[in-house]
Amino acid sequence: MTRTIEEPGDSGLGSGEAYASGTEVDDAGPAVAEFERVPSLTSEETHRGRLAQNQTYGVLRRMLRSPKGAVGMAILGLLMFTAIFGPYLTPHDPILINVKVQLQPPSTTYWFGTDELGRDIFSRIIYGSRVSLQAGLLAVALAALVGVITGLLAGYMGGWFDTVIMRIWDTFLAFPAIFLAIGIVTILGPGQMNTMLAVAIIGMPTFARLVRATTLSVKSQDYVQASRAIGSGSSRIMRKTIFPNCVAPLMVAMAIAAPAAILVEASLSYLGLGSQPPDPSWGNMIQSAQGFLHRAPTYGIFPGLAITFLVVGMNYFADGLQDAIDPRRARAGAKMQ
Amino acid sequence: MQRYLIRRLLQLIPTLILASMLIFLIIQLAPGDPAAMMLGTEATDEQLAIERARLGLDKPIPVRYLIWLSDVLRLNLGKSQVTSLPVTELVRMAFGNTLKLALTALVVSLLFGLSMGIIAGLRRDKAADTVITGFNAIGLAIPSFWLGIMLILVFSVNLHLLPPSGVGDPDAGFISNLKYLIMPVTAIAISNTAVFSRYMRTSLIDVLGEDYVRTAHAKGLAERFVVTRHALRNAWIPVVTIIGIQFGRLLGGAVITEAVFAYSGIGRLVVFSIQNRDYPVVQGTLMLVVLIFLLTNVFVDVFYGVIDPRVRFERAES
Repeated sequence: MTRTIEEPGDSGLGSGEAYASGTEVDDAGPAVAEFERVPSLTSEETHRGRLAQNQTYGVLRRMLRSPKGAVGMAILGLLMFTAIFGPYLTPHDPILINVKVQLQPPSTTYWFGTDELGRDIFSRIIYGSRVSLQAGLLAVALAALVGVITGLLAGYMGGWFDTVIMRIWDTFLAFPAIFLAIGIVTILGPGQMNTMLAVAIIGMPTFARLVRATTLSVKSQDYVQASRAIGSGSSRIMRKTIFPNCVAPLMVAMAIAAPAAILVEASLSYLGLGSQPPDPSWGNMIQSAQGFLHRAPTYGIFPGLAITFLVVGMNYFADGLQDAIDPRRARAGAKMQ
Repeated sequence: MQRYLIRRLLQLIPTLILASMLIFLIIQLAPGDPAAMMLGTEATDEQLAIERARLGLDKPIPVRYLIWLSDVLRLNLGKSQVTSLPVTELVRMAFGNTLKLALTALVVSLLFGLSMGIIAGLRRDKAADTVITGFNAIGLAIPSFWLGIMLILVFSVNLHLLPPSGVGDPDAGFISNLKYLIMPVTAIAISNTAVFSRYMRTSLIDVLGEDYVRTAHAKGLAERFVVTRHALRNAWIPVVTIIGIQFGRLLGGAVITEAVFAYSGIGRLVVFSIQNRDYPVVQGTLMLVVLIFLLTNVFVDVFYGVIDPRVRFERAES
């Protein structure tokens, strides 16, 4: 007996090792949709659409009912709102320099104080949330996309293609993630886009492994054979019969990867490899704050609290999502924290 | 088991070769010309050409790779192009410091993480569990570099208790240098403590629900006995599997934390060398990091088999 405990929120602090370490998600997802398909061709698509909608609705409802899911969704929603409507919410211009008010402590004008160039820290944190959310959402989506394509192809085609692709991803996994990320940014040069790319690349192997494993377990199922028998091409089989099985575990894997990706981005930014001045990111704000610990002790507190707040929210979101997708996990209770 | 260990070690060879190619490629693709870096902007084209030839940069990339690889296999990592010190010497010093940091953090986080996980698992849904679970949620989310800075703010800037940076005197011994380790270790260990505590709690709660634990209770064994002899022996097995991953994470965490505390370890060496285009040092350091990381994972797998007799080495391979 080998026990695998799938752990949510296995997100690395700073190093984000879990992000690139092949977190196992053992839920292969329901294949029910395929069996309950109504034979009539005309109603097939709508029926399937409704079924998918019901499932999504059920997952959402279960998430909102669980305390962790609800808290996670609330935090994520709040920060997405501030990121999108940032320009309308910020009391000051985040990059406007005003040397007369350098390193002010928090006040009613400057809620979180000002930085070494007199810029409003609160406004900069609001803008910085865009960078962190991009790392958590866009970079992870890119990682998942590449992971899905290579994983599906490798698992479906097998043979030398599988060997070559997975060998490459294994090589990436041989590096502690942060070293690989630093290496990639070295080639590409520092900057926000390149950091996002590095965050995406170090996440790809995990997704590729997950999708390949699901593909392998589904490939020989009857309904895949049936689809082939009625003349579906490889591309159709991969898209319509195999991929739907990957969706549930993928959602969970993405939810787990997002907070880790945010921490990796913040670490790279802290090292000065991410967003370049004057653009704010939470990581580079902490880096600047470190130089003024004596004169402005509160400067560095807020961006760090913002990261912690977002990552706690995303971890709860991932937990809630896992419980909602696999209610047995929630009922077992043991898996919940 | 020996056969399994040998086979696992042999399987590392192709991965190491591919990793060495990737490392070499990263360095070759990195912008900037090391020859120009060494001679400065005043150098003539002729001087540059001579310098490039001296550094071996005039040969095609595959040839340079093979030359480098054969050097690496003979443990000759070349000399730093900045300090002229042998790379092996630089890496040895830096790695010693990082290892001290990472291993201390590992021991600390195992100690605290496992005890917290056991307490939380045994007193599930009680006050202690709530506190520990709350700690875990925050511990997993808090960025190590920020925590490090906050520790400096409290213990160095305000209380003047601990030195804000440095590694201490290398000749002074572990104990007298301990004050340099306290804050970096805390900053790195906090997330690992949360991870270990979380896994331990989950695993223990799982095991406590098993039939054999109920049987042990039913035959009238003392609670302490049931926990130590039956539950914990099984509960800690899954926790061991993540130690390897965590060690990689510790090394990574050390990179960032070293930057916070100006602690001269492997992370600062890599970042500094990349900034100065000191190729041999970057290559040598990354190679060593990958080797250590892979070896750790193999040994954890083997250790897993040692503590859990149910794992068969022949089959565990797939």
